[in-house]
Amino acid sequence: MKGNEALAKAAIEAGCDAYFGYPITPQSEVLEYLAREMPKHDRIVLQAESEVASINMVYGAAGAGFRAMTSSSSPGISLMQEGISYLAGAELPCLIVNVNRAGPGLGTIQPGQGDYFQATKGGGHGDYRMIVLAPSSVQEMADFVFLGFDLADKYRNPVMILSDGAIGQMMEKVTFGKFKSTRYEKPWATVGKSATRERNYITSLHIQPEKMEKHNLKLEAKFRVMKETEARFEEISTGDAEYLFVAYGLSSRICHKAVDLAREKGIRIGLLRPITLWPFPAERLLQLAGQVKFMMSVELNAGQMVEDVKLAVNGKTPVYFYGRLGGMIPTPEEIVHQLETVIHEHHEN
Amino acid sequence: MSIMKTEEEVITKEPNLLQGALEDHALPETKLTLPENNVCETEDEYELVYHRPVPLLDVNMHYCPGCAHSLVHKLLMEVVEEMNIQDKTVGVAPVGCAVFAYDYMNIDMTEAAHGRAAAVATGIKRLMPDKYVFTYQGDGDLAAIGIAETLHAVNRGENILIVFINNAVYGMTSGQMAPTTLMGMKTTTTPFGRTNEAYGSPIRMSELISPLPGAFYVTRQAVHNAPSVRRTKKALQNAFKYQQLHKGTCFVEIIGNCPSNWKMTPVESEKFIDYEMVKTFPLGDVKLPKADDLKNLTEGQ
Repeated sequence: MKGNEALAKAAIEAGCDAYFGYPITPQSEVLEYLAREMPKHDRIVLQAESEVASINMVYGAAGAGFRAMTSSSSPGISLMQEGISYLAGAELPCLIVNVNRAGPGLGTIQPGQGDYFQATKGGGHGDYRMIVLAPSSVQEMADFVFLGFDLADKYRNPVMILSDGAIGQMMEKVTFGKFKSTRYEKPWATVGKSATRERNYITSLHIQPEKMEKHNLKLEAKFRVMKETEARFEEISTGDAEYLFVAYGLSSRICHKAVDLAREKGIRIGLLRPITLWPFPAERLLQLAGQVKFMMSVELNAGQMVEDVKLAVNGKTPVYFYGRLGGMIPTPEEIVHQLETVIHEHHEN
Repeated sequence: MSIMKTEEEVITKEPNLLQGALEDHALPETKLTLPENNVCETEDEYELVYHRPVPLLDVNMHYCPGCAHSLVHKLLMEVVEEMNIQDKTVGVAPVGCAVFAYDYMNIDMTEAAHGRAAAVATGIKRLMPDKYVFTYQGDGDLAAIGIAETLHAVNRGENILIVFINNAVYGMTSGQMAPTTLMGMKTTTTPFGRTNEAYGSPIRMSELISPLPGAFYVTRQAVHNAPSVRRTKKALQNAFKYQQLHKGTCFVEIIGNCPSNWKMTPVESEKFIDYEMVKTFPLGDVKLPKADDLKNLTEGQ
């Protein structure tokens, strides 16, 4: 099954009530699949007039207490940033999927990881955070939909799945039925004021600075809990590792292969794959910094996650970077070659 | 050329528009007890002739004297009360002067980003087709930044009510040109008057959307004198009721006074609507439902 279709199918199984989207390569299969399948399950699917409208339809549906979702690719996600900021400000849960392509601007429809900063540092305005899940397989494209919706509802906050054009388009085996969707009570939803409760209103507006700061601090407290409890990662061959790759999504798959190749050559390297890009698995990286001679962040961008790796290890070990741009995908051999070059330079210094 | 009236013109040409209305509806001499907990009670010897609609919260509004918003808020809540649909109504507030609309209406409401109310309302209504969903938007919100969301929502025939307050200026940001600013009208961003060369002419939203098949009921009203208030109330009543039919979008444009940004007294602003605004924005129904479509309409809920 295609990654995008697995994600779409998972959305139905995870109890997504409504999907609003707009066509853009390389994620249009999500909209197409759901346009075909959602009506069979009496769910709402709508092709909006723009990504701006999509995210605001999600805002309306999420505010009414429904599980709502949208998906797009990089340029479209840029258009949604306003809405994402409002969703976070108004504490509305929803799932946003970015099938990352290379940029900036129209860029190319080939895969990229250039939206890391936008996704993890808050592409929209104001102080907010959002859990960002980075699948590296078609199976995870499906699994993270369940996880994403649950985390969104748990924290009343938007959650993003940051995939890329390759994971979205590739075909792999995928199993469903592993997860059950959880239903959350949403007494805050705008469904019509009953006589027995106060009115519900959804807003991100707190015009008095005292009240706004209070709201900010409430959000920050929530983000702190996320940061402390929701960091997820996978480790490959780190037990005896002298060196460490740090990579997510598509580049982590290539690095996994590079780990095998390097180990055949006798280089003891491991891989740490962040599953959540925010919160970032900084604590584990700091521990590993005491073990390895250096780390190497491998990304399909000009060097974005590497900044978080450096922040995490805080100078305890050197951090190098290797990246390809513009939709170009490095081979495992290319990465091993880079690794060997860096090892050589590292030991000469 | 400025089309603002001088004080002299306003005073000398002022027709007594209110007089007829007051004579028709002479206020009875009654004494009311003050509303308590939103419930009006009368003593036996008094007849209750008016009370604040219960769904309108008993709080001070932030609107300027003479502003149309507070009156339209009240009319909306009167309709909600009369139809007994407080528990089935969800409103969407805009960005603009009415950004705090949810502070005044005792119903579930959502605050939308600037211009996005129609998309937010789409999300709400699609998932709860039996609820009464309305947006409340100004001219900058609806006709400038939100025109795409507005046109497409109407074109899809979303079963929502769009209440469009057109006062020809950006009120909240204090008087900049709006898409509906009259030709020649001075605003803070058209200090020499709006010109066609620079900005084109005012957008007539009601006329623009009414040819769309999704538009079910389109009307332009005002609230600057008693008869116009009554007609606006009727239009809002119709628009709420029509949502039961699931036949398309109801669009109620209301020409609103903005004395503060028009640099007028409230009374002058009423005359400005009568003498100037209606030339560009003629009042009345723009599109009425077909009689056939109204057959299934029930009274009340």
